[in-house]
Amino acid sequence: MIEENLIPKVGVITDIRKDTPDVKTFRVVGTDGKKLFQHMPGQCAMVSVPGVGECMFSITSSPTNEEYMEFSIKKCGCVTEVIHAMEVGQQITVRGPYGKNFPVEEDFKGKDLLFIAGGIGLAPLRSVINYVRHYRENYGKVVIVYGARSKDDLVDIEEIQTEWVNEPNTEVYLTIDRPQEGWGGHVGFVPAYVKELGLDPSMTAVLCGPPIMIKFTLAGLLELGFEKSRVYTTLELRMKCGIGKCGRCNVGDKFVCKDGPVFRMTELDELPDEY
Amino acid sequence: MKDVELKMIERAKALLESGEVARVVGWKKGDFCFDPSPAVFETVEELKDFVYDYFCGANLSKYLIQVSKKEGKTAVFLKPCDTYSFNQLVKEYRIKRENVYVIAVECLGKLDIEKIKGNGIVGVTGVEVVGKDVNVTSAYGNATLYKPDVVLTKCATCTKTHVAKDEEIILHEREAKDVNRFEEVEKLEAMTADERFAFWREQLSKCIRCNACRNVCPACSCLKCVFDNPASGIAAKANDDQFEEQLFHVIRAFHVSGRCTDCGECSRVCPQNIPLHLLNRKFIKDIDGLYGEYQAGEESEGKTPLTSFTEGDSEVNDVVYGEAK
Amino acid sequence: MLKIAKERLNELYAKINETMGLFIPVKKAGEVNYAVWSEGKEVSLETLKTVKSPKNIFFPQTENMMKFKTDGKNIEVIDVRQALAEKTDEKPFVAFGVKACDYKAIEVLDKVFLADPVDTYYQIRREATTIVTLACSRPEESCFCGVFGIDAAAPQGDVTTWLDDNYLYWRANTEKGESLTELVKELFENGGEAEVEAQQAATKAVLESLPFAALDLSRFKPENLNELFDDPAWESLSEACLGCGTCTFVCPTCQCFDIRDFKTNEGVIRYRCWDSCMYSDFTLMAHGNSRTTQMQRYRQRFMHKLVYYPSQNDGLYSCVGCGRCVNKCPQRLNIVKVIKTLGGNAND
Repeated sequence: MIEENLIPKVGVITDIRKDTPDVKTFRVVGTDGKKLFQHMPGQCAMVSVPGVGECMFSITSSPTNEEYMEFSIKKCGCVTEVIHAMEVGQQITVRGPYGKNFPVEEDFKGKDLLFIAGGIGLAPLRSVINYVRHYRENYGKVVIVYGARSKDDLVDIEEIQTEWVNEPNTEVYLTIDRPQEGWGGHVGFVPAYVKELGLDPSMTAVLCGPPIMIKFTLAGLLELGFEKSRVYTTLELRMKCGIGKCGRCNVGDKFVCKDGPVFRMTELDELPDEY
Repeated sequence: MKDVELKMIERAKALLESGEVARVVGWKKGDFCFDPSPAVFETVEELKDFVYDYFCGANLSKYLIQVSKKEGKTAVFLKPCDTYSFNQLVKEYRIKRENVYVIAVECLGKLDIEKIKGNGIVGVTGVEVVGKDVNVTSAYGNATLYKPDVVLTKCATCTKTHVAKDEEIILHEREAKDVNRFEEVEKLEAMTADERFAFWREQLSKCIRCNACRNVCPACSCLKCVFDNPASGIAAKANDDQFEEQLFHVIRAFHVSGRCTDCGECSRVCPQNIPLHLLNRKFIKDIDGLYGEYQAGEESEGKTPLTSFTEGDSEVNDVVYGEAK
Repeated sequence: MLKIAKERLNELYAKINETMGLFIPVKKAGEVNYAVWSEGKEVSLETLKTVKSPKNIFFPQTENMMKFKTDGKNIEVIDVRQALAEKTDEKPFVAFGVKACDYKAIEVLDKVFLADPVDTYYQIRREATTIVTLACSRPEESCFCGVFGIDAAAPQGDVTTWLDDNYLYWRANTEKGESLTELVKELFENGGEAEVEAQQAATKAVLESLPFAALDLSRFKPENLNELFDDPAWESLSEACLGCGTCTFVCPTCQCFDIRDFKTNEGVIRYRCWDSCMYSDFTLMAHGNSRTTQMQRYRQRFMHKLVYYPSQNDGLYSCVGCGRCVNKCPQRLNIVKVIKTLGGNAND
């Protein structure tokens, strides 16, 4: 039997949820109705539409979900456009899991955790947040700061507002870029909000969002006294093979698909500035 | 050639020193006597590596698309054949003409190191041209070759003279050549369709789709090539369908027809030595036949046969296999 | 050691070809590349450098990876590897005439493709191949394999051969090599040690006198990664770069590929093809590009060969000094210019 590397499995879309005007979350199972494969929070999978192309997406659902996988996908290119037009029952192909996960069973254990996300950046964090919720006793306090352009662009807002905010020892802070009718919450960019909140620098922080947000938020965290070795983020570069062969996601001596996508800030400091 | 090189360095130096130009585009010494590279010189100090010799075959005109957009004036050395590409690019508004200071230089035909090595010479250490003799020294012995046998293919049939409206000329009188550049095309035309197909199939089967022909081509100046554009539906690097692979060159030849100046860079750069210029020359010959003699790049303005309609134009029905009935 | 008269080489090829596929340098339309041998093809063992390296024997420029059949909302995935494995089992290959640099390059590729998780397409072909190397006797000015510790006169491989004006000399090195020798032994006679030694000594003398024999690589170390990356010399080094893929495609160690889909009447074929980090769309994503200038792309290629790859592979460089980029770059840019400019400590 030849190993299945690069050969995908067939998945069936069993549910589609419209999160924002340009983000949809797709629930996927195998043709046998079971989950396609196991993964850990932060890991990714290659999803493809034959004839259109293949793209790497982070697996949004928590590994603790035994029934299915979810992918929150933003419409921004050829493949995602086709995926967005799909209906329930449509088959796609999936291969993975790829990459290193967040150290939920190692460095995160027993720590107070700060999750900061911007826009679709919540997708990879949702997996780890729900994992932490599932094994709540293994972790300390959880603080979530999440921002988007507008209230309509907040991904998974229902789960956040009905479940996350009611979680014990958990604080959730939401913000949107500009004032908007029907929004009574905080208004302002994530980096500024993070500084305003005066967060406890002993926490382990996880950042995910657009590069510009990461850059300014990181600067803010360092100002607050956070240590780079305890700040994590995920990188996104073009990928094709997912197994460190095709060379596309190479930056410095790392391949994002294999050595990432999760990186510690101290690791990123050693890489050339090309991501 | 050495005296021309010295004059060129002198001019480059004066232009840079006076501040009249901010940079000079020319050729830089390589590791051997036969591998100079195109280069941009911004200081007099950098000119120590400036070279102009029998191996400066590269056409510098395309670099001006980028360089002429930079702050300040750019001086460029153009060989006769390069001036046609330059004019064509000016005509197509690709080069900012007012930012360029053209210096035309003589060319007595450039040498092709691969052709020299093709004579079984390995480990070339020196090449010297004396009249029609090319004296080659190598790690395994010396040889004298006949120059017309080892010039770049594009030089073998070149009769071009300098055409850019230049600021100055460093040019010696060149000898008039009596050559027919369409000779190879005529040979292909004389073949049966099957023979011709077999010829191109064999040649194009060597293609490694490196895109060197396209990227070096002064007529291929699209910001985004259709073959690189995922939205085009035909973007492909090396398709698994051989036929499609071969169409790349045919489509490219169509795209540059009427604008190709026959500078021959496509064949010079091809790592598999596919005679790509013959596709373009076939188009040139047909255009000459259908619309009257036309040389792209001879002028930097005016109409071209394929982009202007006249009542006397040949119609589709009048044309069979590219020949007027 | 065994030897066979040069005039009888065709018999050797035919004998091998009875049971195995034979990849060998063949001249076609004027250029020499590895191709499948058959009677009547113009073999050119003397050619020092085939245009394309033998890497395409294991890693073809284009290869189908799988097929998809779609029916309404349903998809069927068809794995083509089983068929490939059966084909290569039935008819394993011999790669004949592989030079020392190109053989070393296969080692470089092995470390990429056979590292976990294994690239099974490469593995199937690689395992089915017996490599017969050929020592160089006339290295040229663009050769610098010695800089990477490669001995052009004594290549490794399953079988090593040497060629002079009269004979091909043959020595098996591995089990695979022994099996191949067994198959063709009847064509050979014993002898040749003295001739091979004499040729090796002569080649060595030439190698030492070549212009690139003493390139300094000392600065290319993982600890200098960022310093080298930020070196201002990349601007002038890459100035004339056309952004074509010639250096990449003629390089025996470049292994980047693209995966694309192709629609046919019988469904979708997913294939992979060589790609180049020199191309502007290599890192293009829907929302941006991490390398927007040709300088960045040029730097990536050479940093990968001289710093990134060694950093991942215990100091092994992914350049083998074959000199193909030296010969083939349309504008005469190449890795030697990079090494000369950035490699020595003197440049610090």
